[in-house]
Amino acid sequence: MGELEIEPEGKEIKTKEISLSMGPQHPATHGVLRLVLELDGETVVKCTPHVGYLHRGVEKLGENRTYLSALPLTDRLDYISSMSNNVGYVNAVEKLFGIEAPERAKYIRTIMSEMTRISSHIIWLGTHALDIGAMTVFLYSFREREWLLDLFEMTCGARLTASYPRIGGVRNDISQQFLDSLYEFTQQFPGRLDEYETLIDKNRIWLKRTKGIGVISAAEAINWGLTGATLRGSGVNYDVRKAFPYDSYDKVEFDVPLGVHGDVYDRYRCRMEELRQSNRIIKQCIEQLPPGPILSPDAAKFVLPPKEDLFKSMESLIHHFVLMTKGPLTAPPGEIYSASEVPKGELGFYIVSDGTGTPYRMRVRAPSFVHASVLPRLCEGGLIADVIANIGTIDIVLGECDR
Amino acid sequence: MEPLQIAEKISQAFPGEVLETSSFRDQVSVHLKKDRLYDICLMLRQDPELDFDYLVDVCGVDYMGKKTPRFEAVYHLYSITHRHFIRLRVQVPEEDAAVRSVVPVWQGANWHERECFDMLGIRFDGHPDLRRVLLPEDWEGHPLRKDYPVEGFKGEEDWPGYTEVVELSRKLKEFEWGN
Repeated sequence: MGELEIEPEGKEIKTKEISLSMGPQHPATHGVLRLVLELDGETVVKCTPHVGYLHRGVEKLGENRTYLSALPLTDRLDYISSMSNNVGYVNAVEKLFGIEAPERAKYIRTIMSEMTRISSHIIWLGTHALDIGAMTVFLYSFREREWLLDLFEMTCGARLTASYPRIGGVRNDISQQFLDSLYEFTQQFPGRLDEYETLIDKNRIWLKRTKGIGVISAAEAINWGLTGATLRGSGVNYDVRKAFPYDSYDKVEFDVPLGVHGDVYDRYRCRMEELRQSNRIIKQCIEQLPPGPILSPDAAKFVLPPKEDLFKSMESLIHHFVLMTKGPLTAPPGEIYSASEVPKGELGFYIVSDGTGTPYRMRVRAPSFVHASVLPRLCEGGLIADVIANIGTIDIVLGECDR
Repeated sequence: MEPLQIAEKISQAFPGEVLETSSFRDQVSVHLKKDRLYDICLMLRQDPELDFDYLVDVCGVDYMGKKTPRFEAVYHLYSITHRHFIRLRVQVPEEDAAVRSVVPVWQGANWHERECFDMLGIRFDGHPDLRRVLLPEDWEGHPLRKDYPVEGFKGEEDWPGYTEVVELSRKLKEFEWGN
C-alpha cells in the first residue's frame, strides 16, 4: 500500500507511511464515520475517527421542547432500534416525575424492546458478515427483520420511527392478531438462528477474519466505558437489565451471555446468544401478559389522555392541549440519570428539571459514541482489513453517536 | 456501599472539598469544588472498597442566570465490582471554565470531555487531544450554552444559497397554478 521508491542501485525498497481517509462515504462504516488511517504497508499505525457528520443537536432541541414532544427526537438517535430509545426516554421521565406505568404497559414495552433488540442484532449480523465477505447471511437475516417491522407497523403504524411508548404507558393496546403473529415468530426464530449459524459459525474464512482480532481485555473494556455485547464479549457481567431492572425485566428469566477472549468472534457469539435470550423473553412476556389499562390512570397531570377520550370529554381535551403546548406544569425540580439496555449498549438519559414543562438539560449518553472512541485502541497495530471487522464488531450507529 | 456512605467517605478524605450532598429519587449527588477533582476521582477509582471502575458519563450543564458558578461538570460513576453508583457535580465558574481531565483514570472520559468542551466550552486541562468532536473545527460558539440561540446566532445569511431559494419559492407562490 505504501508508496514504493526503488533506490538507484536497485537493491533496497524503501516504503513510506501514507495516510488514507476512509469514509465518510464508505459502505463498511455503517453511516457517516470517517477514519483517517496512517498506514505502514498494510499495518495501521494510527487511526483517528472523525464523527459529527450527522449531528442534529438533539440535546439542544430537547431543552426547547416539552417532555412529551421530545419523545420523537429519541427515535432519531439509533434509528434502527427506535423503540428501545423511546422506552429508555420514557423510563427516565417517569422516574423523574415519580410515576409508574401499569403492568400491562410494562410488559408491552419489554416485548417491544426485545423485538427491537432482535431486529437490530440481525441487521448487525447481516451487515457485519457482509463487510467481512459473507453475503448470504444478509439475505436471510433481512427476511426475519421484515417480519418484525411488519409487526411494528401493525402496532403503531410506523416501521422505523415508532414513537409508540408514552410517558406513563404506551400509545395503544396490542391486538390478539399481533400476539399470535409474534408467538409464531418466537416459535420459528430459534430455527432461523441455527440457519445463520450454519452459514458462518464454522466457516474457515469467518473464523480467520474474526478470531483473535480486535482483542480487548475485561479491565480495559470497562476502563474505556464499553457497554452492551461489546463489553460482555470480554467476559464482564454487566447488563443494565439485570443491574437496574426496568419495565418487566425483573419478572422474566433470561441469561446474560458472556465471552472469554474479548475478540470479534466472542462478541459475535454473545450477540447470537442474546438473540436466543431475547426470543425467550418475548415468549415469557406473551405468556405472562396481564390484562388491564395501558396508560397510568392516576397521573393525569403528566400522562396524555387516551386519544379516544379527546372526542368525548372536555377535560381530556384541555389536558391534552396543556400537556402538548406547555408540558407537565407540575414537573418536580431535580435531576435523574436513567439507563436502559438498548441493542448497542447502555443508553443513559440525564435529565435536569427546573420545575417547568421542558427539561432544563437533557443529556443523552449514547453507547455508539463511546464505542466509536475505542476504535483507535482496537485498530492500531492491526491490518487494514481488520479495521472493517472492528467497525462491525462494536456495532455503532452514527445517528446515535452524533446525536 | 450506600451512596450516602460514599459521599461521607469523600468528605472525610478531602475535608472542605465537598460543598453539599443532595439526593433525589434515591440518586445521590456530591457537589464538589473543582480544584482537587482529579485526586478525588483517583481515590474513587483506587480505593478497593469503592472501586469505581466504570465512568458512565461526563457532561456539562449551564446554569446561566440561575446560580453562580455558572457551569457544572457532571460525572456519573458506577462500580461494576460492587454495583454502586454516585454522581459528582463539579462547580465550574465562567471566568475560569477549566477542570482537570480524568482521562488518566478512565480512558472512556476522552470523548466525553471533548464533547463537553465542544458543546459548553469547558476546558479539560491535561486532556491528550482536546479538539471539537461533533462540530466542525472552525465552528464559533458552544451550542449548549443557554445564551446560544436554538437556530444559531448567524441566522439565514450564513448559507449563501438560502436567499435565492427563498426568493424562488416566493415567486412560485405568486404564480397562479391552473389558469
